[in-house]
Amino acid sequence: MALIEAKNLSKSYGTIRAVSNISLSVERGEVIGFLGPNGAGKSTTMKLLAGYLQPDQGSARIAGFDVSESPVEAKSKLGYSPEGAPAYGEMTVKEFLHFAATLRGLKDAATRVHETLALCRLSDVAGQTVDTLSKGYRMRVGFAQAIIHDPEVLILDEPTDGLDPNQKHEVRRILAGMAERKAVIVSTHLLEEVEALCTRVILISRGEIRCDETPKSLLARFPGKRMDEIFRHLTT
Amino acid sequence: MRAFRAILAREFLGYFRTPLAYVFLAVFNAFAVSLAFFVGSFYESGIANLDRFFIYHPWLWAFLAPAAGARLWAEERRQGTLELLLTWPVTVWQAALGKFMAAWLFLATALAMSLPMVLTVSWLGKPDLGTIACGYLGSLLCGGACLGIAAVCSALTRSQVIAFVTGFLACFILVIIGYGVLDNLLSGVLPAQYVSNVARIGLWRNLEPFTLGILGIQPLTYFISVALAGLGLSTLMIERR
Repeated sequence: MALIEAKNLSKSYGTIRAVSNISLSVERGEVIGFLGPNGAGKSTTMKLLAGYLQPDQGSARIAGFDVSESPVEAKSKLGYSPEGAPAYGEMTVKEFLHFAATLRGLKDAATRVHETLALCRLSDVAGQTVDTLSKGYRMRVGFAQAIIHDPEVLILDEPTDGLDPNQKHEVRRILAGMAERKAVIVSTHLLEEVEALCTRVILISRGEIRCDETPKSLLARFPGKRMDEIFRHLTT
Repeated sequence: MRAFRAILAREFLGYFRTPLAYVFLAVFNAFAVSLAFFVGSFYESGIANLDRFFIYHPWLWAFLAPAAGARLWAEERRQGTLELLLTWPVTVWQAALGKFMAAWLFLATALAMSLPMVLTVSWLGKPDLGTIACGYLGSLLCGGACLGIAAVCSALTRSQVIAFVTGFLACFILVIIGYGVLDNLLSGVLPAQYVSNVARIGLWRNLEPFTLGILGIQPLTYFISVALAGLGLSTLMIERR
């Protein structure tokens, strides 16, 4: 069974068609690199998968649960970090993660908070309010709340945006360490990230899927071209 | 229930993370007491009851309930945390109810801090404590009704300032309905029975029986309906975002 499944998802904002008839399926162990120019519909697709937006047409399933029909069950299997990794700024990192763990109904909330702080290297700033953190730490807090319940499905909207090379490496290291047990979708603008981390590339432009294949086969289709050249070719 | 409790606790404690809470509590009590003493001639009246204290509460709630309620949804929108909250395994109704009750509990805290007024009046004379309790209940319900309006205004926008101003205006209209000035104005254009009907939807006309110790079905229904309508409407607006 595919852990993430979307069938003919469409969504319009007024007269603008943001996502058009998108279908995709992600199995356990796969890491999908979600690529596309700004405004292509990446974030909208992720919001639809996460159940934040309701589709005009089509349906999405997370771990077998329909996002519209059984939202609470679907969301309990999902870790989602929206673009910019929002968090309650006035709470400390520890309080925030504890709140996330409690809302998810984790019995061993305190232990999970402790483990997640350590895994995401946030222990040093655990007592600081989120508002006072640098961007790198903030992004990691967003990542931490998404993995605190060790979900089967992870959807991360630009988790490495604005991080320095070391921090990017760190996020990729944590992701790679847990990827084989999960189905992951990561949106990114970093083409080297796709080659380093992802088992499959889904490229989306003007709300439609332009390609859905492994990075290797994509590169093989355009012999002698680099990833960024292929990206330009497919999206313009 | 677990989610509701967690959200209630976070939101309630959230007030005390910013200076707003302390400003709010101070302003509420300073105004509530000084209006009763200096404008309502509470002391000079020589009567041991608190109706002159409660009479100004619609004005206070009209101003302060939107101040406490402005952040309910507007702040979630501004910070982007709405997307987080609604992709956690909680229903919109759990979140909405937790938030609303936290804000109401905060208003109740402000009101509870005026209890020294009860001690004062008990020391000066022999007040009817049942009447006073009834007045407190009425005031709390009046605050809840204003909060319902504030919740709707907060669900409309990502700006707390806009949420506050629109909330205050809406509550302000409900405050002045039923006051003599507006009644006189309306008498010029409307037949007398309509004027008194219009007054019934004002906050003051519904609070008055409570301050006299009368627990009427109509004012009770009025406050609870306004609060519930505001809660329901704001929740639907967030659900259909």
